[in-house]
Amino acid sequence: MIQVKSLVLAGLLAFAPAMAMNGPAFAQDNATAAAPAAATVAAPADSAANAAAPAADAAPAAKVAAPPRMKPTEGIGMPKPGEITLQEQFTSTGHSARWLHDVMLLPLITLISVLVLVLMLYVMVRYRRSANPVPSKTSHNTFIEVIWTVVPVIILLVIAVPSIGLLADQYKPAPKDALTVKVTGYQWYWGYEYPDAGIPEYVSNMLTKEQAKAGGEPFQLAVDNRLILPAGRPVKLIITAADVIHSFAVPSLWVKMDAVPGRLNEKSFTIEKPGVYYGQCSELCGARHGFMPIAIEALPPEQFDQWVLSQGGSLKNGTAAPDAPMGPQQGSVLPAPPSDDVGNNAL
Amino acid sequence: MTTITADQYGDHAHDHHDADHKPAFFQRWFMSTNHKDIGTLYLIFAIFAGVVGGAISGLMRVELAEPGIQYLQGWANIQHAMLGAEPASLDQAYHLWNALITAHGLIMVFFMVMPAIIGGFGNWFVPIMIGAPDMAFPRMNNISFWLLIPAFALLLGSAFVPGGTGYGAGTGWTVYAPLSTSGSAGPAVDMAILSLHIAGAGSILGAVNFITTILNMRAPGMTLHKMPLFVWSVLVTAFLLLLALPVLAAAITMLLTDRNFGTTFYDAAGGGDPELYQHLFWFFGHPEVYIMILPGFGIVSQIISTFSRKPVFGYLGMAYAMVAIGVVGFVVWAHHMFTTGMSVNVKMYFTAATMVIAVPTGIKIFSWIATIWGGSISFKTPMVWALGFIFLFTVGGVTGVVLANGGVDDVLHDTYYVVAHFHYVLSLGAVFGLFAGFYYWFPKMSGRMYNEFLGHLHFWVFFVGVNLLFFPMHFLGLSGMPRRYPDYPEAFAYWNKIASHGYEIMAVGVLIFFINIFWSLAAGKKAAGNPWGEGATTLEWTLSSPPPFHQFETLPVIDDAAHH
Repeated sequence: MIQVKSLVLAGLLAFAPAMAMNGPAFAQDNATAAAPAAATVAAPADSAANAAAPAADAAPAAKVAAPPRMKPTEGIGMPKPGEITLQEQFTSTGHSARWLHDVMLLPLITLISVLVLVLMLYVMVRYRRSANPVPSKTSHNTFIEVIWTVVPVIILLVIAVPSIGLLADQYKPAPKDALTVKVTGYQWYWGYEYPDAGIPEYVSNMLTKEQAKAGGEPFQLAVDNRLILPAGRPVKLIITAADVIHSFAVPSLWVKMDAVPGRLNEKSFTIEKPGVYYGQCSELCGARHGFMPIAIEALPPEQFDQWVLSQGGSLKNGTAAPDAPMGPQQGSVLPAPPSDDVGNNAL
Repeated sequence: MTTITADQYGDHAHDHHDADHKPAFFQRWFMSTNHKDIGTLYLIFAIFAGVVGGAISGLMRVELAEPGIQYLQGWANIQHAMLGAEPASLDQAYHLWNALITAHGLIMVFFMVMPAIIGGFGNWFVPIMIGAPDMAFPRMNNISFWLLIPAFALLLGSAFVPGGTGYGAGTGWTVYAPLSTSGSAGPAVDMAILSLHIAGAGSILGAVNFITTILNMRAPGMTLHKMPLFVWSVLVTAFLLLLALPVLAAAITMLLTDRNFGTTFYDAAGGGDPELYQHLFWFFGHPEVYIMILPGFGIVSQIISTFSRKPVFGYLGMAYAMVAIGVVGFVVWAHHMFTTGMSVNVKMYFTAATMVIAVPTGIKIFSWIATIWGGSISFKTPMVWALGFIFLFTVGGVTGVVLANGGVDDVLHDTYYVVAHFHYVLSLGAVFGLFAGFYYWFPKMSGRMYNEFLGHLHFWVFFVGVNLLFFPMHFLGLSGMPRRYPDYPEAFAYWNKIASHGYEIMAVGVLIFFINIFWSLAAGKKAAGNPWGEGATTLEWTLSSPPPFHQFETLPVIDDAAHH
């Protein structure tokens, strides 16, 4: 195992000059970040080794360079400090769902709560003992009982129409030409594979605090190898897990889908704008449940194609990467290998 | 609400039984067949468990007050040192976090709310309110309580045996497979499961006892439609327990066999399905939340009526709203599973069915307000807690309507929004109901008045504390903070800090509660048989305070003319 890992690292290091064409700073980071990691690697996960193995064979560099690693925009695709609202949305279902929440549900529940509060304050003042020493004996009023049964029913029906419509939208099957990506949850990292493009699975681990800071990214959301997706093109994620249940969640895309071992769950969406969108595992999956974040990098379509080719993948129109060598997972990554001390570094 | 023909039954019983010898200490408290003594045992147990569960949440809030791991590692080292093990690794510290959230959930649900509200107040007042001398099966009542002790011991003990990455069961109170099967080696999860089995068995026995008591032992003239609403609430709750708990028992038994005997009920590799566990669990789990809140509804109805000096408005509507909540509560379970990948039709059904529950719940809220309307309110401590209950339960209820929308839940599921929602209905709903009931019946149970000033102070401090603690969690959830995280990105720091301060204030409130109890038990004024005046019309107020060891040896007769 350790041998395989060292091979991988050797391959990645050999690769650094090629990446330098596009992102010299990152390439530098790679070299320095990977070298000490090689010494501390204890027991790399099987899948990580498998996924990365082709990289070792690919020592001769790919002809197409990967696009540079995208910088996240502050407050976009991530929570804002002190925020009290839903995150800004970047998918069509996200917009309609946020509309349902912000325009219908939130005003409605606020109104109901305020109504109850006002009624309570009124009766508490009006019917305090000093103001009303003799209580009435009224205990029935069929009319008002019918009212407060029927009115809530009507309110719920009003909510139900857009709510059911939203569900129908969310379940619209992906178009035939949607890009399929297989997402696999592991304890405690994510694996991404592109069966359409022929890119084998690579894994995505949380960055340490120092690494995140160096890259100008939010700690505990930033990862080494992001899930690269095209903006403006439909995407179909096939989500599963290898060990226990995880949940693939990205709040700014209105995506949350459990990754269940033995099941293939599907989630389709189209990301509207290029950007970096963060999320976190949302189903308790063991010790490092809180430390397996998700980062999606949505590239403009032509850059995405470039990325696919740089990974040795092929495009839908039949274009294959020159010589079709398998590159490393991403040209612009910080290849911190999954190691047991990721969490330690986090401190 | 019910008028009885003569008060002399209580006085009679009192005179008669003063001569009665209560059993000696051991026999009285360890071999008890007296519903009031067993109710007292339940209450003491629940208060103890509540302190343990509340302390655990204090640990959690301390750690969450700031981003980064500040204390968890130290606590894990202490835990390991107690067991003579190596200092904990960081992963083992993270595992301790999961053990803490699991213990907090299980303790508060199974060992605090349920024993207090059903075992405690149910045992104490259901027989008295229906004019019965005791529960139908007094010995079974005793075993119901004593099963809780080994169950609690097993759960606490599980924190000190291996449970996978570290010590203790780190599965969450939901014990989802396969994290709870292949994902948690070691006996901790087995102990937690066995703990649930035993506590569940005790609750089933209790439910059988309540159903039999209420259906068979009502005093002459006490028809079902004359029963106080608290009795109605316990009756509905008992049916929920009886129908839901066996499903939990089956689900966790299959967990045990998956863990230990090589079965694959929840393992796709062997033809099973992890989702099956979730369906079974939530078929129990959703009625369970009504099990915790319905008796609170009952308590609040009694208190609102008493201190407004008015009969409950729309009595039948109130009773059957609880029945409706109980029935519908059984067909909405999968709204806890909206993100598991269910089909669109299933999701639409569970969205619609869940929203239906808002209707009977709304009936209850409005009927309480209508009960106060036209009344003559005295703001004694129990009334203040009951009023707090109504408003805070409303707030918790409306966020439930938001979460019921499957399409919206896609982003809120498993975030702090859910944590805020269920703490508003439980920690601020059920617990406010518990405190309201405790102050309402404390004079009856102990024979001494509590301190009114401390009671009000307790309310206000606790009210401010819990709102500061739980309201910001809505914001955290909307912003995307997932549940069950020991640490979080910097952006979530602000509201987490506020929430932790809220905990501190709440803790002061609890301290005031204990001062009040001890002060009142030691030096409280002697309580009259009916300290609440003309509004208190249920049978317990016809007895002395505390009631005689055995009441109603001659059954009271409920006036036929009495109506609501």
